Amino acid sequence: MAAREQTVLQFVPLSTSLSAKVHPVVIFNICDCYVRRPDQADRVIGTLLGSISPDGIVDIRNSYAVPHNESSDQVALDIDYHHNMLLSHQKVNPKEVIVGWYSTGFGVSGGSALIQDFYSREVPNPVHLTVDTGFRNGETSIKAFVSVNLALGDRQLAAQFQEIPLDLRMIEAERVGFDILKTTLVEKVPSDLEGMEASMERLLALIDDVYKYVDNVVEGRVAPDNNIGRFISETVASIPKMSPAAFDQLVNDSLQDHLLLLYLSSLTRTQLSLAEKLNTAAQIL
Amino acid sequence: MANPMARSFLQVAASEEVAAPPLRVVQIEGLVILKIIKHCKEFSPALVTGQLLGLDVGSVLEVTNCFPFPMREEDEEIEADGANYQLEMMRCLREVNVDNNTVGWYQSTLLGSFQTVELIETFMNYQENIRRCVCIIYDPSRSNQGVLALKALKLSDSFMDLHRNNNFTGEKLREKNLTWVDIFEEIPIKVSNSALISAFMTELEADSPVSQCDYDRLQLSTTPFMERNLEFLTECMDDLSVEQQKFQFYYRNLSRQQAQQQTWLQKRRSENMSRKAAGEELLPEEDPSNPIFKPIPEPSRLDSFLITNQIANYCNQINGVAGQSFSRLYLMKALHENDKSP
Repeated sequence: MAAREQTVLQFVPLSTSLSAKVHPVVIFNICDCYVRRPDQADRVIGTLLGSISPDGIVDIRNSYAVPHNESSDQVALDIDYHHNMLLSHQKVNPKEVIVGWYSTGFGVSGGSALIQDFYSREVPNPVHLTVDTGFRNGETSIKAFVSVNLALGDRQLAAQFQEIPLDLRMIEAERVGFDILKTTLVEKVPSDLEGMEASMERLLALIDDVYKYVDNVVEGRVAPDNNIGRFISETVASIPKMSPAAFDQLVNDSLQDHLLLLYLSSLTRTQLSLAEKLNTAAQIL
Repeated sequence: MANPMARSFLQVAASEEVAAPPLRVVQIEGLVILKIIKHCKEFSPALVTGQLLGLDVGSVLEVTNCFPFPMREEDEEIEADGANYQLEMMRCLREVNVDNNTVGWYQSTLLGSFQTVELIETFMNYQENIRRCVCIIYDPSRSNQGVLALKALKLSDSFMDLHRNNNFTGEKLREKNLTWVDIFEEIPIKVSNSALISAFMTELEADSPVSQCDYDRLQLSTTPFMERNLEFLTECMDDLSVEQQKFQFYYRNLSRQQAQQQTWLQKRRSENMSRKAAGEELLPEEDPSNPIFKPIPEPSRLDSFLITNQIANYCNQINGVAGQSFSRLYLMKALHENDKSP
């Protein structure tokens, strides 16, 4: 969007490096608000909280819905509500500030410019996040925009919404486990050992895949791919080279440490049940 | 609501009037889990709390939303502020149709060291207002190992009875047959998500066959975690032995007092005998003004029960982590051997 000198119609230049990161909790919150929207409402809008790092990455970490009324040509936001909620949120975490606003629906719609205008008074350059809860294209569409002013000479003509790169920070969701988050009902939170089992099974499956691939390449059934080959050799090389004796020593030491701990904990438990019996038994005096 | 309820609210309300079935399951929305994790992690290692909102439907307690509390401060003025904050937040959330019904609270913990007198007091406070409430405990320190350390707890009914009367003497405990295991009841957790979220998450799930969770779980080093666990365990053992000494002291005093009472009684009886012989009036066989008849207060067993609970908890954690480590070590060994053999 370089502004050429001859043209009068120009965009106010924008810091181009702007991008946004969204944490899964924000998506969850927006979806929840949408499910709970009032009867007659088509969409929900709300405020996004987070922080802006010096290099222009907007980190969107929290959100809350703001009640609003929308007719064909005007939008009424509950500004009091917005401010109350902001105060409450800042009591908990003063580091989270307004970074923009969200709306459900596909892309930018008519009233968006008005709301964008309101939020630009709260924070310079607000980010507008749209979450398509209607799955208009048959797939998820979560987009972030910033507005760019379109000016004719000195006159402000309109605001143009420009899409900025959006990074969905799914690592946190991964930590919880997609198995829990993507189904509508999970009977039980997996315990430590069950989780371990699942992870090991996945690891074994991966190793199997690699074996199969290598075998196929060796036997000429699959065309070799140098990139994959490098990855595999890197992976194999990342296993530290140790003499078998040193390795056995290491494993055995670790095993024994853990056995000792187990022993200690069983001893403690036995002690506890003994103490319990002694303490609550009738004292004969 | 994610699950369309076949019953109307009226029916639910009516059926609950008749008899409240015991609380069997806590059903948490994925949103709540993420919110709790966000709050607890951001402030870790400081411990934080927040309120749970939801519905009480039959034997299931649905937790559909939550909000964090600001960091607690001792100042009274700020405490009143906290109450205002809570009301304000509930009012605001009601306006956007969030379930406006407190069902309990959540709190973060460090290595599972949550069994304290404060927790029990908070529980009793909540219990006064809400018939059924639950406390969700999240341990951020364990999430680095790929474990979702969420726990839903409530106090057992028999324990609450005792606590109301503040009666933790050995005799009462024997009568109720209450042991330290019976203080807390863990309630199974179910996780639910709205169909909308489920659709989004299914689409957004990365294609990669390994997730962060797997990396975390296969991490070989557990030493720092174990070390701290053991440190805590040792501290607790010290505390427990202090408590034990209190009891020994009490029993020693008690038996000394009883011996004194016996000697006093014998003296009094022989005196009465001689008075009888002399035809004088008998002296009473009891003397409340005498300090040796003053009952010695029995120390409460609550503290030692809680400490025992803590210790059991640490032991469980050690067992769990050691179990995982064994699997990892054998896995590593197998990998190494496989590596050598071809």
